[in-house]
Amino acid sequence: MKILVPVKRVLDYNVKARVKADGSGIDLTNVKMSMNPFDEIALEEAIRIKEKGNAEEIIAVSIGVQQNQETLRTALAMGADRAILVVASDDVHNDIEPLTVANILTAITFKESPSLILCGKQAIDNDFNATAQMLSAKLNWSQATFASEIEVKKDVVRVTREVDGGLQTIEAKMPAVISVDLRLNEPRYASLPNIMKAKRKPLEEISPADLGVEMTQRLKIIKTKEPDSREAGLILENIDQLVEKIQENVGG
Amino acid sequence: MKILVLAEINDGELAEDQTSKTVSAAATLGKVDVLCASNKCADASTKVAKMDNVENVLILEDDLFAQSLAESYSETLIHTISSYSHVFAPSSSFGKNVLPRIGGMLDLMVISDISKVISEDTFERPVYAGNAIQTVQSIDKIKLISVRTSNYSAVPLTGSASINKIDCKSKNTLTTFIENKIQTSDRPELTSAKVVVSGGRGVGSKENFEIIEGLADKLGAAVGASRAAVDSGFAPNDWQVGQTGKVVAPDLYVAVGISGAIQHLAGMKDSKVIVAINKDEEAPIFQVADFGLVDDLFKAVPEIEKKI
Repeated sequence: MKILVPVKRVLDYNVKARVKADGSGIDLTNVKMSMNPFDEIALEEAIRIKEKGNAEEIIAVSIGVQQNQETLRTALAMGADRAILVVASDDVHNDIEPLTVANILTAITFKESPSLILCGKQAIDNDFNATAQMLSAKLNWSQATFASEIEVKKDVVRVTREVDGGLQTIEAKMPAVISVDLRLNEPRYASLPNIMKAKRKPLEEISPADLGVEMTQRLKIIKTKEPDSREAGLILENIDQLVEKIQENVGG
Repeated sequence: MKILVLAEINDGELAEDQTSKTVSAAATLGKVDVLCASNKCADASTKVAKMDNVENVLILEDDLFAQSLAESYSETLIHTISSYSHVFAPSSSFGKNVLPRIGGMLDLMVISDISKVISEDTFERPVYAGNAIQTVQSIDKIKLISVRTSNYSAVPLTGSASINKIDCKSKNTLTTFIENKIQTSDRPELTSAKVVVSGGRGVGSKENFEIIEGLADKLGAAVGASRAAVDSGFAPNDWQVGQTGKVVAPDLYVAVGISGAIQHLAGMKDSKVIVAINKDEEAPIFQVADFGLVDDLFKAVPEIEKKI
């Protein structure tokens, strides 16, 4: 079977987001960009499934600007077999909504017929947490969100999900869309030989129009502002002072 | 404007705090209807009917909804939902799972995790782990909205809504529920507790986490954890506070052995009072704490517990 893994290029996990002075968004010029950490986990899982002999091919897809190529090269170096870049914008500041991403991925799914689509549960930039669920609905496939364990069986995939009260296990009929959570695995680093090899792996470039998908935007971003900041408070001298502060604020 | 709230009900039990706070957010636009879809709805619907600003409670009793699997939201139910102009759900694992699927079915965007309702089509929501707040305006004909419930207070129980059964044939041939491993605890629920005591990587082990739990129990608090502590296996996943875990805003948040990564702060910086205990005086947690103590947690926490 084939596994499709969408990967998003986002502001690096370790870089602090800076709000642009004019309130138009987050400044993404000359900052380090990386693969969304949740997508890295999804890709790692796909590679492990393939290594166990349960998949033949892994296709990484990225949607955005030309520079997303770098993210796809990373995916290929980690272990994806080939990559598809959907160039959907020429401005890195133009974030593509999950609904449009789901439409593009639906079209790619029709073309590629994967049995499994592994997505990160959310992108750490827009924090929507929606693409996998929307994609799954559009395909009328089963969905398993927030996976912390995935076991591929014959016609089903058994998924343990991180839910508010603890863990839930479900079985999803294949084909399925799975969104992955933090504790599923620890993604590998690409080795130097694999980075070199990745340069020769196929990377196809297409546009949303090639797929017959219209770019839409349902949410207009009116303004982006800094959150209310908290001031650093008092450093207390001893435990007794701290006990007093706790007691004052515990409310009886 | 016609507003629907999806009540969160787990195996017949209403998630009262989440649902009530979602009603509270939705009611800033007007009276609301609430859909109770579960295997048992009697208790939940009675409670929801008392919530202020609720006009009608719609009951859909079907075993299919016992575990709130998203695929149970069939086309007939979607048809009912699409007669509303606004559909709100809590931004819990329930809401995050179900609402975007409804969006996919109806070709609608979802406005996730809103922290404020500005008007009927405009909302505020945190992005980049709360490092920015975005104001967004929706052009969709139906607004699907999940609510960051820690930003709202529960509604008073002064209402008396009518309760009506709805009839939708649902089926789910795609997913099957196997089992739940749900932690049961006498402690208050993390997202609604007045006091939260959280431990981080500094706690060092699962056994040592008892120190955190001991202080929490003394204070009648819920127990939280940083991602580092959960990843290291010191604490279960449902204790995680942060960008990708739970968002809390208690009256008092006590952070023990937590350095204060951006992703953790995203989940607790709206707490009224933050107290931090860390042996590293440079720890970023002190930048947001109202009161800090630079000390070894293994010495300080047992002593605090004794003195309270």
